[in-house]
Amino acid sequence: MNRYLRYSVPLIVFGIIAAFLYKGLGMNPREIPSPLIGKSIPEFSLPSVESAQTMINDQNLKGKIYLLNVWATWCVSCRAEHDTLVHLARSGKVEIVGLNWKDERVKAQAWLQQLGDPYTVNIFDQKGRTAIDLGVYGAPETFLVDGDGIIHYKHAGPLTLGVFNETLLPMINDLKAKGS
Amino acid sequence: MRLFLLSFIYLLGLTALHAATLAEYTFEDPAQDEDFREIIEEMRCLVCQNESLAGSNAELAIDLRNEIYDMMKGGQSKGEIIDFMVARYGDFVLYSPPVKPSTYPIWFGPLIVFLIGGVVLFRIIKRKNQSRETELSEAEQERLEKLLNQSNEQRDTNQ
Repeated sequence: MNRYLRYSVPLIVFGIIAAFLYKGLGMNPREIPSPLIGKSIPEFSLPSVESAQTMINDQNLKGKIYLLNVWATWCVSCRAEHDTLVHLARSGKVEIVGLNWKDERVKAQAWLQQLGDPYTVNIFDQKGRTAIDLGVYGAPETFLVDGDGIIHYKHAGPLTLGVFNETLLPMINDLKAKGS
Repeated sequence: MRLFLLSFIYLLGLTALHAATLAEYTFEDPAQDEDFREIIEEMRCLVCQNESLAGSNAELAIDLRNEIYDMMKGGQSKGEIIDFMVARYGDFVLYSPPVKPSTYPIWFGPLIVFLIGGVVLFRIIKRKNQSRETELSEAEQERLEKLLNQSNEQRDTNQ
């Protein structure tokens, strides 16, 4: 009995190491859990992409569930996800608010004209200061925000219909059920 | 050789560039200067995850360096700045994670493994010693003495 136990020790050690490696190597190092989940979106007051005169602040966005999408014209993955955003906006399942990050206004406007505009509101964060408050470290990033301005989820990387339908939509439906 | 020289010059250029990007941050108080350098060395650049904020030339790293610089100039302490960063980017931004229940395994795990190894080693050594000290049976004792006498006799004859 003791002998079997002794011989199985290397096997057990191997099993533990293999389990950790299987989990660890399968994880995406880009997916960093956001400490902002369950917290309010940061206070801000920024112009819109459309016009430097139109100011938007965090209070304006209250009262509706929306996706806050961080995007930029220099960001290749944003181009890849753009069609999905347009599709989602047309479907009417959720409202999308844009946060244009460290970009040029003219380029951003041209992009929206050319590829379609999925955003109901589009915030122009040229300095990237509000993006820092949001803990943004790459574009695109998408936050799910409720009517009280509380962040419920963060998705780093291009949003796909799969992610939307499997993760975001159930959360949105939950929020709607609670909110009404 | 020429290639070597070229690459050497290139590397020199890189370090000069690196130094130049940090030289713009100056403080009147040397203690503050030291704090600033410490903070940006301890913070991870989230874009290029194996670089510190001090070493990275990613846009976000530059922005964050500027932000931290402004905060220090505004009189905020090192602790406040670290809290500011952790509140936004999580513990991941720190190269040395804080000690708390979820990080106990990484802080104390190596120590525990070391202790287990020590116990195992101790037991193996102990067992080896024990087996060496086992007493001989009467027959074995007799044979041992015989052998010893034999060799002594041999030695005598050889002299």
